[in-house]
Amino acid sequence: MDMELIRSLQGWGYIAMIFGLTIGFYSYIYHLYKSQRDGTKDYEKYSNMALNDDLSDTLVEEKYPQDNKKDNEER
Amino acid sequence: MQSSNAINYDYTIAKCFTVATIVLGIVGMLVGVIIAFQLAFPELSNLAGEYGTFGRLRPLHTDAVAFGFTASGIFATWYYVGQRVLKVSMAESKFLMFIGRLHFWIYILTVAAVVVSLLMGITTSKEYAEFEWPIDIAIVVLWVLWGVSIFGLIGIRRERVLYISVWYYIATFLGVAMLYLFNNMEVPTYFIAGMGKWYHSVSMYAGSNDAMVQWWYGHNAVAFVFTVPIIAMIYYFLPKESGQPIFSYKLSLLSFWGLMFVYLWAGGHHLLYSTVPDWVQTMGSIFSIILILPSWGSAINMLLTMKGEWGQLKENPLVKFYVLASTFYMLSTLEGPIQAIKSVNALAHFTDWIPGHVHDGTLGWVGFMIIGAIFHMAPRMFRREIYSKKLVEAQFWLQTTGIVMYFTSMWIAGITQGMMWRATDQYGNLAYSFIDTVEVLHPYWTLRAVGGLFFLIGVFMWAYNIYKTATSSRAIEKEPQYASPMA
Repeated sequence: MDMELIRSLQGWGYIAMIFGLTIGFYSYIYHLYKSQRDGTKDYEKYSNMALNDDLSDTLVEEKYPQDNKKDNEER
Repeated sequence: MQSSNAINYDYTIAKCFTVATIVLGIVGMLVGVIIAFQLAFPELSNLAGEYGTFGRLRPLHTDAVAFGFTASGIFATWYYVGQRVLKVSMAESKFLMFIGRLHFWIYILTVAAVVVSLLMGITTSKEYAEFEWPIDIAIVVLWVLWGVSIFGLIGIRRERVLYISVWYYIATFLGVAMLYLFNNMEVPTYFIAGMGKWYHSVSMYAGSNDAMVQWWYGHNAVAFVFTVPIIAMIYYFLPKESGQPIFSYKLSLLSFWGLMFVYLWAGGHHLLYSTVPDWVQTMGSIFSIILILPSWGSAINMLLTMKGEWGQLKENPLVKFYVLASTFYMLSTLEGPIQAIKSVNALAHFTDWIPGHVHDGTLGWVGFMIIGAIFHMAPRMFRREIYSKKLVEAQFWLQTTGIVMYFTSMWIAGITQGMMWRATDQYGNLAYSFIDTVEVLHPYWTLRAVGGLFFLIGVFMWAYNIYKTATSSRAIEKEPQYASPMA
C-alpha cells in the first residue's frame, strides 16, 4: 500500500467518522426531546438527585426496586 | 426531608483531599506569584540559587496548580458529591474506604516526589508532563485507585441513574488516563542504552510526532483537568446551594456528548504555523470554534438555572462564586476559539495574551469553582457554619479584582507585543528589537504580578476561613438542605 493511498484512506475515513458521529449526535438530541414529549421518559426529574441528596431522601429511581424495599424501610 | 441520617455519609477522604487542595493551592499560587514578579524584576531569580530560578519554578507552578490544587479539588469533591448523588455512603464499604485512604496517601507521596524532583531540575522537558518515569508509574497507580473508588461506589449505589456530574467525573477519569498514558510513553535510557541516571528517559516519539502527541495531550489536559471535572462540580454545587433544579437536564446531557465529541480534536491549534500537516492545523482551528457550542451550552444552562432567583446573588456569596465562575467559563471559551483562528493566532501566538487567556479560565472558572465547592462542603463535613460571611465577601471581591487585573494587563501586553514583533519599516526591516518590547511591557508584567498577589491573598483568606470553620465556628444541629449557613 503506497503512502498516497494510506493518506486517502485516512482522509475519507475521517470524513465518514465525522458524518457518522454528527448524525448520531443529532439523533440523540431528537431522541431526548421526543422521549420527553411523548412522556416515555422525564429527563428533567433527574435534577432532583442533587437537590434531594440526603440518605433519607426518596430515590428518584431505585436501582433494584425489590432489593431496596427492605433497605428503604430500614432507613 | 432533613434528617440526622446525613451524618451517615463518610467524609473522611473528602476532608483529607480538602486539606491537600488548600495546601497545594497555596504552594502553587505562591510560586506563581513569585515567578510573575521574577518576569517583571529578573533580579529576583537569584535569591535562592538554582532552586529559585524561573526555569525550576515555572513547572512547579503549573504542575502544583493543575495536578495539585485542581486534582485534589476534583478528588475532594468526588468523594463528597459521589456519595450524595448515588445515595450511598463510603462507610458502607470497608474496601472502598481502604482504597480511598490508599489513593490519598499515594497521591501525597507522589506530590512530594514531584516537588523534590522538579526543584532538583529532574524533568522530561515536556510541558505539563515533566515527571520522569518512576513518578509516572506512581501516577498511574493512584489514578487506577481513583477509578476503583468511582466504579466501586457506582457499583453499590441506590439511585439507578447516574447524575450528570458523575458522567463528568467518569469522563475525567477516562480522558486523563488515555491522555497521560499515550503522552508519557517513554524510554528509560539507563536500562535501554546505559545512558543517564536510572530515572532518566526520552520520549518514545520523535520530532513533529512528539509535538503533535504533546499538544493533543496538552490541550486535552485543559479539557479533562480544567473543564470536564469543573463542570461536574458546577452541575452539583450551583443547583444544591441555590435550591434550584438545573434549567434543562436534557441540555446538560447533550452538552456533555458535544464536549466529548469536539474537544479531542482541538489541540492542533497549539501548533499553527509549525511543521505539522496543514490539515491538522485547519482541523484544530475549526474544532476550536465549534467548541463554543457545547461550552456555552453548559454555561448558559447554569446561568438559566438562576432564572428568577438572581436575588440570591446579593444574599449568598457562594452563589456569586459559582455564577462568576460560569461567566468566566463563557469568557474563556469564547476567547480560546478566537485565538485559534489562524489569522488571529499569527498575532497572538507566543505573546502574553496566551497566559492571560489561560488565567481568566483557571483563576476565574477553576479557582472560583473549587473555592466555592469547598465552602459549600465545609459546613456539611464539619457540622459547623462557615466562620465568616464578611471574609467570604471580601475574598470574592479581592480575587475578582486580581483576576481582572491579570487578564486585562495580559490582553494589552499580548496585543502590544504581537504588533511590535510584526512591525516593519518601509524597507521591510523589523521596527523593534526584543528589548524594545520588554521596556514597553514592563508595567503590564508588574500589574499582572500584583493581580496574582491579590488572588493569592484571597486564597490565604479562604484557608483561614475554612480552618476556623473546621475548628471553632458555631456548631449546627441539622445539615442545611440548600444555602450554606454562615456567620
